[in-house]
Amino acid sequence: MSNNKNFFQGGQHWVWLNAGAISISIIMVVGLLLLIAVRGLSHFWPAEVKTFELDLDDKKEVVMGEIHNHEEDIQNGVEREQYLIKMGNRDQYGIDFRWLDLKDIKKESTHNDVVVVERREWGNLYGFINSISMDGKSVEATGENLEAIIERASDLHDQIREIEADDIGSINYDLEQLRLEQRRLELDDKLTPEALADLDQQRAQFNQQFLDYQAELQKLYAQIKRDSAEFELIGGETKSVNASLMVRSFQPNQMGFFSKIGHYFSKLGEFIFDEPREANTEGGVFPAIFGTILMVLLMSVVVTPLGVIAAVYMREYAKQGPLTRTIRIAVNNLAGVPSIVYGVFGLGFFVYFLGGSIDELFYPEVKPSPMFGTPGLIWASLTLALLTLPVVIVSTEEGLARIPSAIREGSLALGATKFETLWKTVLPMASPAMMTGLILAVARAAGEVAPLMLVGVVKLAPTLPLDANAPFLHLERKFMHLGFHIYDVGFQSPNVEAARPLVYATALLLVLIIILLNIAAIKIRNNLREKYKSLEQ
Amino acid sequence: MIEVTETKVTDEQTTENKPEAAMTNSNPLANEKIAIEVEKLNLFYGDKQALYDIDLQIPEKKVTAFIGPSGCGKSTLLRCFNRMNDLVDIAHISGEIRMADKNIYQPGLDVAELRRNVGMVFQKPNPFPKSIYENVAYGLRLQGINKKRTLDEVVEWALKGAALWDEVKDRLHDNALGMSGGQQQRLCIARAIAVQPEVLLLDEPASALDPISTLKIEELIHDLKKDYTIVIVTHNMQQAARVSDYTAFMYIGDLVEFDNTDKIFTNPTQKKTEDYITGRYG
Repeated sequence: MSNNKNFFQGGQHWVWLNAGAISISIIMVVGLLLLIAVRGLSHFWPAEVKTFELDLDDKKEVVMGEIHNHEEDIQNGVEREQYLIKMGNRDQYGIDFRWLDLKDIKKESTHNDVVVVERREWGNLYGFINSISMDGKSVEATGENLEAIIERASDLHDQIREIEADDIGSINYDLEQLRLEQRRLELDDKLTPEALADLDQQRAQFNQQFLDYQAELQKLYAQIKRDSAEFELIGGETKSVNASLMVRSFQPNQMGFFSKIGHYFSKLGEFIFDEPREANTEGGVFPAIFGTILMVLLMSVVVTPLGVIAAVYMREYAKQGPLTRTIRIAVNNLAGVPSIVYGVFGLGFFVYFLGGSIDELFYPEVKPSPMFGTPGLIWASLTLALLTLPVVIVSTEEGLARIPSAIREGSLALGATKFETLWKTVLPMASPAMMTGLILAVARAAGEVAPLMLVGVVKLAPTLPLDANAPFLHLERKFMHLGFHIYDVGFQSPNVEAARPLVYATALLLVLIIILLNIAAIKIRNNLREKYKSLEQ
Repeated sequence: MIEVTETKVTDEQTTENKPEAAMTNSNPLANEKIAIEVEKLNLFYGDKQALYDIDLQIPEKKVTAFIGPSGCGKSTLLRCFNRMNDLVDIAHISGEIRMADKNIYQPGLDVAELRRNVGMVFQKPNPFPKSIYENVAYGLRLQGINKKRTLDEVVEWALKGAALWDEVKDRLHDNALGMSGGQQQRLCIARAIAVQPEVLLLDEPASALDPISTLKIEELIHDLKKDYTIVIVTHNMQQAARVSDYTAFMYIGDLVEFDNTDKIFTNPTQKKTEDYITGRYG
């Protein structure tokens, strides 16, 4: 009894309550990360391919595939166990995935020489190598030879891709610039015959270059078709696939532990550094990573000076009265406005009004298709800057309020003006607080998706916003974003089952990127704190 | 120029053998050159009056101490001399403070310029979170002096002037916040004299320091009065007696008595002064 009394009087129950709340929060966060990490990262591990002999009511059937999921449920009072099998060969069977009732499975076995081929279209192929033709000649049907022809084809594919995307893309860009130039001269009534001749000459030059590349491409295209392989599927069907359509092949049932690890990291590398394939359900997410980081950086560049200037004015210069108080409350409330509202505002104000006006004033030649008057990177960054502005203002204001007045007086007493005091002493000392604001802003902006869908993010952007064509940074371009990618792959893709692990992997990547950005900002803040540590005294 | 030198000589003579009480009774500052003249100064914080009709003259190149109980307005008066009270929105004043025959409260006066001429050291050491060197160079950089050679010279001169050079000459580029409290306060003094002001205001400069640091500051004040007019606010009456030539006693916003320090401490004319000196309140 007295123990009990001590327990409550000493406030122990509050300590336990708080500790409990903290524990639950930590468990939830760690659990969440663990779930997406396990689900996401296991996707890249090469699974065993099994063969199942089925005894169905009306017929016997053999299927082959990876076990994707194992479920038990009760239907009509009968307990049921099911496997979800990824059997690939979508071009043959129409579906990738199939549920198998465990009671229908008569025999489960593993074939050693099963080969899995990742293709540029139609998803994975699971089968056995029948024959391989290299330069029109038949070679031995082994996994090594299959990998060799894929390797050869991939090299050519990369070359083709380089010419198409970089060289021809750059020519197209230049031609478009020429067209705009001509239109601009026309609008200004300066299109003299000389200018026109000059433009035509340049155009002819580019066209010639284009034809050269085209010829080169023809050659490569002819070459890439030289190899092919024929496979036998588990149902006995044969399937011939050209090497140019294959990305990678492996024989998971023969792989040792270390080759599995090698395969794992090569898949992981592809995921991070490659472009997506097959409606985003295969391949990598590099453009989305790039777009996310670039957008967050641009947003930081906009929001920090704006927020700091606003905070300095409100805290240092504005007369503290009802008006300032109202503005402060309004700023705080802005932080609570749903993000989609910012998206609508961004679309209406930035994209249509501001972007439209810019097109009208500076780029009349692009009509009728808009240049800035359409969703793009810059508008997305500005919208997010607006969204995160309150956070930066509030924390900067708090930072300014914490600077001891003794420091300000010390500076003023030496003959500094108010501005000099601010610039040389107060602002540097408040910089850790500004960084805190920026950290919060980055954390919020990197994870925001809803407003971006309205102001610049797309499912698949043909080009990165940063490339080798002057002016290098193309702020008006649309871009890809990890958050939107998750939504798109998870809910908009034709093959939801296949894409699900990618959703987890992408989510994990998004979290990691936000953590990285935050760690970078925190490092900077700690350095600044160390430098201006008088506040802690 | 000659006149100034002459006054200085007389100053030193008077400092050596303090003027007698009888002589100072009529006008204690008869032999002094006046640096600051306060005339009918009233100061209000909103509706509340903090200073009442202060009339006062501060002698040049002497140490003048303001003593009095807490809240008597001595710091407020001190802060009028470099217009630090301007920072308080609700403060306003009437009356005049003249320096070099110019009212420092006249409209259009450059306050930053005034503050360069009237340095101030605060109760709590307040070095900037920068290096020792940059702290001293701060005021010079404000004036646009960025030449390294000049800065080096002035920093050394100011630190020597504040009796700090020998202690810090090997770590000029360390953060000033790593120094002890007494060193920090002397750094603040160095920082103030680096811009070569005419007047130095000290607002209880030793109240946050240990006895040894206090002693150092007091010795420093004694050395500095050769070159600067010093006004010091202090709670510590022994300190006032030790360092100052003249003392003003204030009580609830009134200047009760101003006289030669010896006279105030040995033979005050006012009852209130005597009560305070003898420890009846305060």
